[in-house]
Amino acid sequence: MSAHADNHAHDDDHGHHHKETFVTKYIFSQDHKMIAKQYLITGTIMGVIGVLMSMMFRMQIAWPEEPNVLFEALLGKWAPDGVMDADIYLALVTIHGTIMVFFVLTAGLSGTFSNLLIPLQIGARDMASGFLNMVSYWLFFVSSVIMVISLFVEAGPAAAGWTIYPPLSALPMAQGGSGMGMTLWLVSMAIFIASSLLGSLNYVVTVINLRTKGMSMTRLPLTIWAFFVTAIIGIISFPVLLSAALLLIMDRSFGTSFFLSDIFIQGEVLHYQGGSPVLFEHLFWFLGHPEVYIVILPAMGLVSEIMASNSRKPIFGYRAMIASILAIAFLSTIVWGHHMFISGMNPFLGSVFTFTTLLIAIPSAVKAFNWITTLWKGNLQMNPAMLFSIGFVSTFITGGLTGIILGDSALDINVHDTYFVVAHFHLVMGISALYGMFAGIYHWYPKMFGRMLNKNLGYIHFWVTAVCAYGVFFPMHFIGMAGLPRRYYTNSNFPLFDDTANANVIITIFALVGGVVQIVYLYNFFASIFYGKKTVQNPWKSTTLEWTAPIKHIHGNWEGEIPHVYRWAYDYSKPGHDVDFVPQNVPLKDGEEELQH
Amino acid sequence: MSTAVAEGKTWGGGNQPLKASYGKMMMWFFIVSDALTFSGFLAAYGFSRFKFIDAWPIADEVFTHFPFLHGVDAPMYYVAFMTFVLIMSSVTMVLAVDAGHHMNKAKVTIYMFLTIIGGLIFVGSQAWEWNTFIKGDYGAVQTKGGNILQFVDTEGHRVALKDFVVAEEKYRTEHNRKDGLWFVQEGTLPTYTVGEVVKGLEAHDNVLVRTQIINENGEKTVLSRAESLRQIKENGTLVVEGANLHVNEYGSPLFADFFFFITGFHGFHVFSGVIINIIIFFNVVLGTYERRGSYEMVEKVGLYWHFVDLVWVFVFTFFYLV
Repeated sequence: MSAHADNHAHDDDHGHHHKETFVTKYIFSQDHKMIAKQYLITGTIMGVIGVLMSMMFRMQIAWPEEPNVLFEALLGKWAPDGVMDADIYLALVTIHGTIMVFFVLTAGLSGTFSNLLIPLQIGARDMASGFLNMVSYWLFFVSSVIMVISLFVEAGPAAAGWTIYPPLSALPMAQGGSGMGMTLWLVSMAIFIASSLLGSLNYVVTVINLRTKGMSMTRLPLTIWAFFVTAIIGIISFPVLLSAALLLIMDRSFGTSFFLSDIFIQGEVLHYQGGSPVLFEHLFWFLGHPEVYIVILPAMGLVSEIMASNSRKPIFGYRAMIASILAIAFLSTIVWGHHMFISGMNPFLGSVFTFTTLLIAIPSAVKAFNWITTLWKGNLQMNPAMLFSIGFVSTFITGGLTGIILGDSALDINVHDTYFVVAHFHLVMGISALYGMFAGIYHWYPKMFGRMLNKNLGYIHFWVTAVCAYGVFFPMHFIGMAGLPRRYYTNSNFPLFDDTANANVIITIFALVGGVVQIVYLYNFFASIFYGKKTVQNPWKSTTLEWTAPIKHIHGNWEGEIPHVYRWAYDYSKPGHDVDFVPQNVPLKDGEEELQH
Repeated sequence: MSTAVAEGKTWGGGNQPLKASYGKMMMWFFIVSDALTFSGFLAAYGFSRFKFIDAWPIADEVFTHFPFLHGVDAPMYYVAFMTFVLIMSSVTMVLAVDAGHHMNKAKVTIYMFLTIIGGLIFVGSQAWEWNTFIKGDYGAVQTKGGNILQFVDTEGHRVALKDFVVAEEKYRTEHNRKDGLWFVQEGTLPTYTVGEVVKGLEAHDNVLVRTQIINENGEKTVLSRAESLRQIKENGTLVVEGANLHVNEYGSPLFADFFFFITGFHGFHVFSGVIINIIIFFNVVLGTYERRGSYEMVEKVGLYWHFVDLVWVFVFTFFYLV
């Protein structure tokens, strides 16, 4: 592996000189800026698929067993006469979760912004290994293609939930989606893990080794800190998912009993003995919990940067922000048990996990207060990026508060696997991370494409999305507390849930409107690539290094020497200066001292 | 774009904070990641073993063979030899890296070669170890509940099925998918049926049944003669010879599952390590690194090789020693 890295780093020495063909520039590119765009576009396509799926199963929940022309058109044999089949409902839920968590909010978010911003903000000419970076993207692409292919296999895509608990995932004959669909799911995820590993290795070593002169760790923008720590969490947690997936493949295909014991199917005793599905849950959630921080930390970094820039104020509590990122990263690896309070785990262990889980509230609250105090008395620039950042803080707090309830084993038992949980994690990691991603796109679009996104469309996008997101997820808390379990295909068979039917219709209407309004964003995004207003060098008057690089992308990022860094990343409204921002590459004036931060 | 050039420029006034090139650091982080994959497996192994803490096979009774020596009881001798070889290959790797620092091509060549030989011996030994484990030696009977019943004489020495059971002529057809008899393939039929074992046991007064349960002396429990006959007659369902992913004559099938999977995964790492070492070996012989002026590649594969050795130390400890 490193043999390649080495050779190609040397090959790249000549990158400046020979002319690029279409293939090396747009397809097998080793330039981090192009790879970032590739990640973004692939992530967007996967996101559209994921959101469409959610709109479909929301319609099923709101109007169960009613014929729907859309189902008939999109699902074909899975919706005879337009009535959605129960199997495909489970499959849609499963693939929606998988795509949104891994393909959009992990690869789409981290892949895009780590690639774009790490070299530009630390002052490096590219990633440490452009070749591995390219391989990382293409592995991601292949895994996306396999995941999409799995939608079309005859017995249906994987349908065991995105957490693929055995035995549904381990016995190929358990249900339709347990067969080829599940196999493709596992293959796709194995490739995804390899891609994520290569990407993370690159991010980490780039941040450590390739910072420009003067860019000490405590002068780094918080974005870089967030990406750096995210990559480390990825390196630590994804391999454990890999071990779970490999053991699962052994159970599925080679008859081992790691996760299976004493199973009868259709009166037939299977030979499996001794294994334990709870073991899978442990291994899965050892990844699964850090995974939510892999999703949210980059969004936190982007939001910190955008908020400081658009409040024209230094970020409040820079070192506290870094400390809380590190604390969150550490704690994230010792809390996985809170996903398993009703799995039959030892109740004493439950109380230990409750304790560690509630500890995470401290660094999270530090961050939330720091964002609010950054806004305090700031000169707020309410552009779409800023709105999405504020939206992020709002949903993060709302979702975080229910996290305290769910983190407590005694309370969690009552709402476990209900819509309360769905509401919680969608707000705290789904919508929040998505807001962070949108904020980042609105903010760094000029850096990516050299043009501006349309502001007014951005406002429409934000306000409708914000209203719809709360419209969808707020009522879910109540139907969850009323006991409505998640992942049920229909609730009409249970009279005790009749009262939730109207709430479900309202939720679905918000979901549909919220989904459709993304067309405004997609139009804005793709049209602006060609017709957007040309950007100026530093449209948001930011201090970080990426805005000193030429608008037109060049290999190596800066012509001539890489700028040196003389100050931290947040010199906004510093007394003694004529303008309200001082870029990092401006030397200190005579007698000026670097802000104690 | 040029990393090397960028490094020169960027770090002209700066430093490499961890005193390592990006490639070496990537190898370190890769090792961290791989170590966690192995941790996942070993944690799973611990979890499952703990579940059967009072019935887990005793490693000293399982790995008793030595190549070319038949009928000896040499617990752990061969695996100790394998481990020694692997650790020695780590030593030669260190010597190769050190020779690389001194730009001594001849020495790097020799030590890389020795490392490759050590790796090959290890992988070969593991193949032999697997083969022995799969073949098994004494044979046992599996009960309805999935437990294993083994046979011992009155002094507690193991007795093989072939020593007291007589095979009769079989009329049963094996269930085959291609015969359309059943929807799954049946495993190969064992040499003996449970009925034959019962007859053999009845005919030999000095043979007793030993269960999986470990008693307070740390030994497997041996049943009385009457109890032995009752257990086999009432609960015996299948004769087991050797071990595979479904059954295991030494005890819990999970033992075999984890043994094959973890040593297999580790063996795969050693095997890839050998392949990588061979590639590097040829690069050394061809003088690639001599021309490059640095043997850092040898150092990087060295890191990987040491890691693979270290993992073996853990696998060895958890499977063979404790």
